[in-house]
Amino acid sequence: MPRKDLLDIHSLSTEEIIALLDQATPFKELFTRSVKKVPALKGKGVLMLFYEPSTRTHSSFEVAAKRLSADVTNFDVPSSSITKGESVRETIETLQAMRTDYIIVRHARSGLPAAIAKMTNASVINAGDGAHAHPTQALLDAFTLREIHPELRGKRVLIVGDILHSRVARSTTEIFLRLGAEVAWLAPGSLLPSAPPAGVRCFTDYDTAMAWQPCALYLLRVQMERQDVQYFPSLREYHRVYGVTEDRLKRLADAGIHLMHPGPVNRGVELCDAVMDYPLSLINQQVENGIAIRMAVLYSLKPEPHA
Amino acid sequence: MPVTFHADDIENAIDTLAQAIRLRHPSEPLTLIGIRSRGDEVAERLCTRLAEDDREIHLGILDISLYRDDFGHLRENPKLQGSEIDVPLDDATVILVDDVLFTGRTIRAALDALSDYGRPSKVELAVLIDRGHREMPISADFIGISLATERLDHVMVSLENTDGKDQIELIPHS
Repeated sequence: MPRKDLLDIHSLSTEEIIALLDQATPFKELFTRSVKKVPALKGKGVLMLFYEPSTRTHSSFEVAAKRLSADVTNFDVPSSSITKGESVRETIETLQAMRTDYIIVRHARSGLPAAIAKMTNASVINAGDGAHAHPTQALLDAFTLREIHPELRGKRVLIVGDILHSRVARSTTEIFLRLGAEVAWLAPGSLLPSAPPAGVRCFTDYDTAMAWQPCALYLLRVQMERQDVQYFPSLREYHRVYGVTEDRLKRLADAGIHLMHPGPVNRGVELCDAVMDYPLSLINQQVENGIAIRMAVLYSLKPEPHA
Repeated sequence: MPVTFHADDIENAIDTLAQAIRLRHPSEPLTLIGIRSRGDEVAERLCTRLAEDDREIHLGILDISLYRDDFGHLRENPKLQGSEIDVPLDDATVILVDDVLFTGRTIRAALDALSDYGRPSKVELAVLIDRGHREMPISADFIGISLATERLDHVMVSLENTDGKDQIELIPHS
């Protein structure tokens, strides 16, 4: 039975996760053709409902939908009536009347995409809600590492950074665990959740974490917008203690460790400038694979027929 | 009474196709494109025969799932396996190959898909079995077996590499 919405990784069965990952491969193969577009979703409407700013996820979904020949409408939030006090329900009723087939939602409030999914026949895809989930990011991360290690079982992934506030950390940790990989977190104590999921190891010291021998380092973006609260003394201090400095990058290269990052990178904070030339960086692949994964997700979901 | 074709009949049908293709194209380079699933196996077996001639021959596989005209009506979208076309199709003589020609909708989709890979100088169609009941203005250039059927009959094709045996069964609509 096909599913209508994609709200988080948690509600997917492991079989569904693997089916989505496998399905992204033929979509990625289309990118090498001169015509990258296919007619699968011709005449379908995709609505981008972004209540939070996002450049990468937004454009990735937009490219994915356009390559499937769907019509994309941007419901541009700051300039729309949402700022005039229109409730989410009113907005959704308006959108429902437009007979859109897919709604891609990003919102600062956890659970809002799930609430919208109940109000509409359209398929709802969560593009990030609060600190809850970012399922397409998790899928593209798993897809990208699987290209390097086709069998993730037993592989070790170290996630570094602001775990506490990160929906990426939540979703990506969950998908790697579900695929049999081992996951550990590295962060200042102030940015580690008090109750990590079962099986996740927590480190607060870089060298101790590296002694655990991960095959990939997944760096989270330091959220500059949260710097009003002091979770660590300074950005320079963060870079020195938790960042991948040039010295550490050399050691990562020697150990053959891959680097991942959901973007956009704060260079000089999570990563030094030299990462641009790091041969084991998967950051650009993540961007490319994000389009393939989002095409696979759009293709696999089934909206309910319009009343 | 179900009509059944066995391994010998299928071998003969593929020989018939190869012979007819040779007659029309004695020596020119050919690109065979088999449509998933089973059209790819027919194409592969045809390719083996035609490769015995002194000619340039290429083989590709086409997945038409993304070009179907019935998405809105399907309960679940077909699992995409992807196409494998590694040769340029511009100015090539392409022979599309499928196992069964029925409504013609698959071929319509295949023609659309092909045009996204390039502009062949010519596209022809070879099918293992033509069972009639077209819903599109499409006909085959090369036919292995012509079979009279009722619209609702079921034609089940099994091929050695895909299904473990060569067999075609016509199961009448009850």
